[in-house]
Amino acid sequence: MSGIVSYGSYIPVYRIKPEEIARIWGDEPEKMRDNLFIFSKSVPSPDEDVATISVEAARNALSRCDINPQDIGAIYVGSESHPYAVKPTGTIVAASIGMPLQYFAADYEFACKAGTAGMQNVKAMVDSNYIKYGIAIGADTSQGAPGDALEYTASAGGTAVIIGKEKVIVEINHTLSVSTDTPDFWRREGEPYPKHGERFTGEPGYFKHIIAAGKAMMEKMDTKPSDYDYAVFHQPNGKFPMRAAKMLGFTEEQYKTGLLTPYIGNTYSGSTMTGLSAILDEAKPGDKILAVSFGSGAGSDAFDMTVTDEMKKYKRDRAPTIKKMIEKIMYIDYGTYSKFRKIIITGDSVE
Amino acid sequence: MTELSRIWRETEYRYNLIGYKCKNCNRTYFPPRDICPYCHRESIGKMEKFKLSGNGEITSYSIVHESSSAFKRQVPYVMALIKLNEGPVITAQIVDCDPDNVEIGKKVHMAFRKIREDGTNGIIEYGYKFKLA
Repeated sequence: MSGIVSYGSYIPVYRIKPEEIARIWGDEPEKMRDNLFIFSKSVPSPDEDVATISVEAARNALSRCDINPQDIGAIYVGSESHPYAVKPTGTIVAASIGMPLQYFAADYEFACKAGTAGMQNVKAMVDSNYIKYGIAIGADTSQGAPGDALEYTASAGGTAVIIGKEKVIVEINHTLSVSTDTPDFWRREGEPYPKHGERFTGEPGYFKHIIAAGKAMMEKMDTKPSDYDYAVFHQPNGKFPMRAAKMLGFTEEQYKTGLLTPYIGNTYSGSTMTGLSAILDEAKPGDKILAVSFGSGAGSDAFDMTVTDEMKKYKRDRAPTIKKMIEKIMYIDYGTYSKFRKIIITGDSVE
Repeated sequence: MTELSRIWRETEYRYNLIGYKCKNCNRTYFPPRDICPYCHRESIGKMEKFKLSGNGEITSYSIVHESSSAFKRQVPYVMALIKLNEGPVITAQIVDCDPDNVEIGKKVHMAFRKIREDGTNGIIEYGYKFKLA
């Protein structure tokens, strides 16, 4: 059976606290921190973007296994902040990891679930023997308008997974998706910041799709929440995934490992996959994992997975774990954040 | 306008730190060169591509406070001479650090970063920078 052969993540080192953002905009610091359940969010430095994050994540994935990059036949990068509107991120990543001339590639966009959509596509291509290995990446340097609630959570990071049939560390037993046309969140072409459809964000958007996909998966696999050792859901803030987990019948013990938003913010297309990465950092053979992503617009991808005995031989320590990336950080103030994120209007002396 | 042909030509070695190794004397070079300066004509046809590990140590550095406009957002930043484990010495930026923590002799490893952007509608140039190990 096909599944994850290797994985790697990357989270920028810079962090800003909600208290610092609240200080500028006159919000109540405790209220923002507690309502969103977020202690800090990652911030990309001026020389980082989705391409650099994707490359670092892909290189971390490759360093943990002995796959020849020349055997990777497909790359799909999911993001809503690709550096170019027209020019693929995937080819930059492919060139930086030494992929061959002949490979399938495309950049995906489906709000926060474009990375897991890439996983589904790569799995299908591996299963149908079109390719030996494929790489799917979910990464973002997400945008939150200054002063908007999204500014407290919109962060940066990403995860790459290599999918194949040999030396599989995590079998993907099944995957499915649910999708509807929902106006919960969007960004028009050429606009720098997204808009959210207020009341559509929660119940009609996030919860409807996460719950539907989670339930459909358990029905399909004839499983119940207690059959899983870990569960990870898309994390637009710290509270939504906890509520979704409880609605589906999961306990804190099952979802706490993959819940990263309180420490790094919402990495959008990287969110669910980076939560999965944190789980794989500690998972052992036989562990069962349910992962459900969510992308506004809207839809969810669900994955039922089992960790294999191959995990015992897998070289996790060849790349930094999520825990290490959460610990090794540098806090910045709002002024530095504004400089890094190009919020300040500049004259000719800058760029 | 940025030279597109130069960026394209240098992509392989800037992305992946690909240098050349002289098969006559086993010295490694970065950036790539066609002739070994020690072996001269003896090296003709014997220069082979060689992927450097991306690990090295700082041999000297400067903290930049007055930069070109393209690097203004990163000021103050560190430019360093780095002796790679395989021998070549290269000049590169040290990122994600407090400049006060940079010291000669400290180990570094390669990172993949944006080098510069040609305005808001031009090409983005990527390549190697380094981080403290």
